[in-house]
This record gives sequence, C-alpha cells and structure tokens, in this order.
Amino acid sequence: MLEITNLHATVGGSENPKPILKGLTLTVPAGEIHAIMGPNGAGKSTLSNVLGGKPGYDVTEGSVTFNGQDLLALDPHERAAAGLFLGFQYPVEIPGVSNVQFLREALNSQRKARGEEPLSGGEFLKLAKDKAALLQMDMDMLKRQVNVGFSGGEKKRAEMVQMGILNPSFAVLDETDSGLDIDALRIVGAGINSIMRAPDKAVLLITHYQRLLDVVKPDKVSVLAGGRIVETGGPELALRLEAEGYDAVMA
Amino acid sequence: MTGAVATLPTRRDEAWRYADMDGVARLGAEALEQWEEIAVAAGESLMRCFIVGSDAPELHRFRVTLGEGATAAFFVTNAGRDYTRVEIEVRLAKGAHFEFGGVTIGGGDATREFVTQVVHAEPEATSNQTIRAVHWNTGTGNFLGEIKVARDAQKTDAAQDFKGLLLEAGASANAVPQLEIFADDVKCAHGATVGELDESARFYMMARGLDPAAVQRLLVQAFIGDAFVALDDEGEHERLLDAALAALEGAKL
Repeated sequence: MLEITNLHATVGGSENPKPILKGLTLTVPAGEIHAIMGPNGAGKSTLSNVLGGKPGYDVTEGSVTFNGQDLLALDPHERAAAGLFLGFQYPVEIPGVSNVQFLREALNSQRKARGEEPLSGGEFLKLAKDKAALLQMDMDMLKRQVNVGFSGGEKKRAEMVQMGILNPSFAVLDETDSGLDIDALRIVGAGINSIMRAPDKAVLLITHYQRLLDVVKPDKVSVLAGGRIVETGGPELALRLEAEGYDAVMA
Repeated sequence: MTGAVATLPTRRDEAWRYADMDGVARLGAEALEQWEEIAVAAGESLMRCFIVGSDAPELHRFRVTLGEGATAAFFVTNAGRDYTRVEIEVRLAKGAHFEFGGVTIGGGDATREFVTQVVHAEPEATSNQTIRAVHWNTGTGNFLGEIKVARDAQKTDAAQDFKGLLLEAGASANAVPQLEIFADDVKCAHGATVGELDESARFYMMARGLDPAAVQRLLVQAFIGDAFVALDDEGEHERLLDAALAALEGAKL
C-alpha cells in the first residue's frame, strides 16, 4: 500500500539544508499496523511531515508510492483525498472555525475530489456524532472552534474523531499517545483499532512508548535511527526496546 | 486658484493621510460636501448594515448624534475596486453606545478606508469599534479612528481594535488610532496588528483535504468574523459576510 524507497529529505530550505532522512526504506502492505520507534532526533516527525507534504521539507532522493501513485507529486489536500491521513503530534488551533464546519468542508472536498456526492448537513452530523461517541467525546466539543481551548489530551482525541469522520485508508499517526493519560490512551487506542483495523487499511504508528502498543497491537515494529530504518521485527521488538533501550538493541 | 481645488483636502490633513488623492480628485469637491445627518433620540436605537464599493470612487459620510442612552450600530463591508471611503462622525450623549464593525477587503491597487471620529461628549457613554482588513496585490486598507473624550465625560469606555491580514507582499494595511482624552476616569483601549495567514493552520487544513482556495476562504471568514460578532441579525450578518467573501474570489493563494 505504502512503499518508501531510499528516501532522503532535508529541512531548512535550499539555503541551509539539513539532512534528516538518509535512505529510509519501508513497505507497509494493506492490513498492517506498523509501529515506528526510535530515539529523539531520529527523523520520526520528519518522516510523517514528508509523507503529509508539509512545506519546508525537501525530498532530495528516493520515492514514495501510495497505492501505486507517486505520493510526493501530490499536494497535501490531494494526498488526503487519495486516502492518507496525518495525525498531528501538535494539532493546530484554528480560532473562528468550528470543528463541524471544518470537518464537513474537509470531508466534502475529499468526496468531490473522488467524484462522490457531498454529504448533507444532517448526514454529516449523524456521522460526526457516531465517531465522537466512539472516542467518548462530547458532541458539544465538535461545535467549538477547532482545537481552541482543548487540553493536550482532548486535541489528540479530536484528531482521532477527525480520522473516524474522514475514514482514510492509510493513517500516519505521529506520537498520538503523547499527552494522554492512561484512560484516554485506552480510548484512543481502541479508536485506532476500530477505525483502522481492516484488511484494506494500514497504519504507520509513530510512538515512543510501549503502552500504546499494548492496546493497538502492531503487526510489525521498526526502529528508525539516524534517518534510516535500522531494524524491523514483530511486536516483541518493541518489548525489547522498552526493556533494554535503543542503544542496547541497536548495538 | 478655483474654489473647487481650494476645498479638496490634502495628505497633510490627518484624516486624509492615507487616502488615494487621485480618487479624491475624481470624486470632486462637491461630493465632499455630502453628509448624511442622523439623529437618534434619547433611548432609541439605530442599526445600519451596508456594503460599499464598485468600479468607481465612492465616499459615504455620516454625522450621527446620539441622545441620552441611545445606541447606533454600523456594520459595513467595504469591497471597493476603486477608492472607497466611509466616514462616520458620532457624538455621544450620556450613557449612549456606538458600535462599529467594518471590513475592508480587496486586491488590485485600490485603497479602501474607514475614518471614524467618536466624540464622548458626556459621561458614561461607551463605544466599540472592530475593523478587519484583508488585502492582496497592491491593495490597501486603512482605519483612521479618532476618539475624543470631553472633560466631564467621566466613566467613558471606548475601544478600538484593528487587524490587518495581507495575503501577499505588496498589499498594505494602515491603522491610525488617535485619542484625545480630557476626562480622568475613563477606559480607552486600542490595538492594531498586521499579519499573514497562519502557515501551520493552512497545512493542517490542507492535510484534512481542503484545497488552497477553501482553506483561504475559511481562514479569512474566521478573521473577518470578529467585525460582525455584535451583529445579531443573521440575515444581515450573512449578507455582509458573503459580500466580503465574494470579493475574495480570485485573490492570490
């Protein structure tokens, strides 16, 4: 489904480019939840930003294909319409725009790009209500401005509600577990399972901690260090990392 | 020197400092004499909502007198494609309130401006002005807001808030707050900022599937929404907002 080959990327623009990804290769087939772990500064967030198409990140070598399509040739909104969802480590506050308006327009833009009919106001609200309930989020929060005044945990939960509504085929979740307390972690993890656990979907789950992986049981675990995937294994690799640390496992 | 030339203002006049003098000349001296006089009797209230701007220069001038406890609210979308100036002079008696929400929006090379003079002549009157300016190409938006508080106008509460959003280098927004306060127990607040669209919000919204034009429209809608917060009439609210967003079509992305 997602095929990353020898990916090199820099940040800092053309004047002062700083290489972050240095030949990253990774394949995530449909039906797989693939966890990415790695020390700080390894390039985890850069990977998710490059996949999402964030301005300021330049791919200097390599390729990314998504369902056979050149992902890097698409603008961020085209990537979304193609089925890619980027869960933000730091969801952005948008004063003056309500979640309901934002998500309805986002969903209908995606549907339009795919040649599907837009959802009516009523249909959208029903969908939003279902997904909010799944993440145990009060519907009132969806009527509020996007992420404004939300706690760190509420923002992450709202990200998952967005994912539920937009129903992507592939999700890149960047430290979705950071800022969550134990109960919220369980709810968010269960949300990921319920929204994304399907034979025709896949997830790239970037995390620092085993605790999210206890809930969202990954099929594969890869270690990202120095801008490359240095080791890939099953769920037991995450347990080893948790017990022994990156230095010991990578040595 | 002819009489007409003698009565045209110049940029040395504070209230015409950022005006488009070519547009002023095309309006002509006679247009400058036209004022709409409005008197709101004690305890009464008045609301005016309108859209100004066309392909020719426009000038709209109001002199408003508010009686004791009277209120006047003006909400204006200024989307001129040529020099377009709205000027409001208000005199507030005891306990009166003046509310103003204005939006200037547009590209090209036109100048749009709001010029207000709010005179708190008596005690306990309040005024609130919220102006938003959204421009691109080499378009300009100005707000010149003068507040005068008379010596015995104690407990005056006057606020002015201006924000400019420039979608492109070359566009400009000017704010000139001017406070003249002779009473000692008053609150006068004013703020002015000018910025660009929030890049992180732009990327976030695009990552959810909104195309660049839809992102810009939503962010601009949110930005100018502040100016019409106090406008309760939903129909008028929508009309002014729609006129502003219609002007945005074709703006630089």
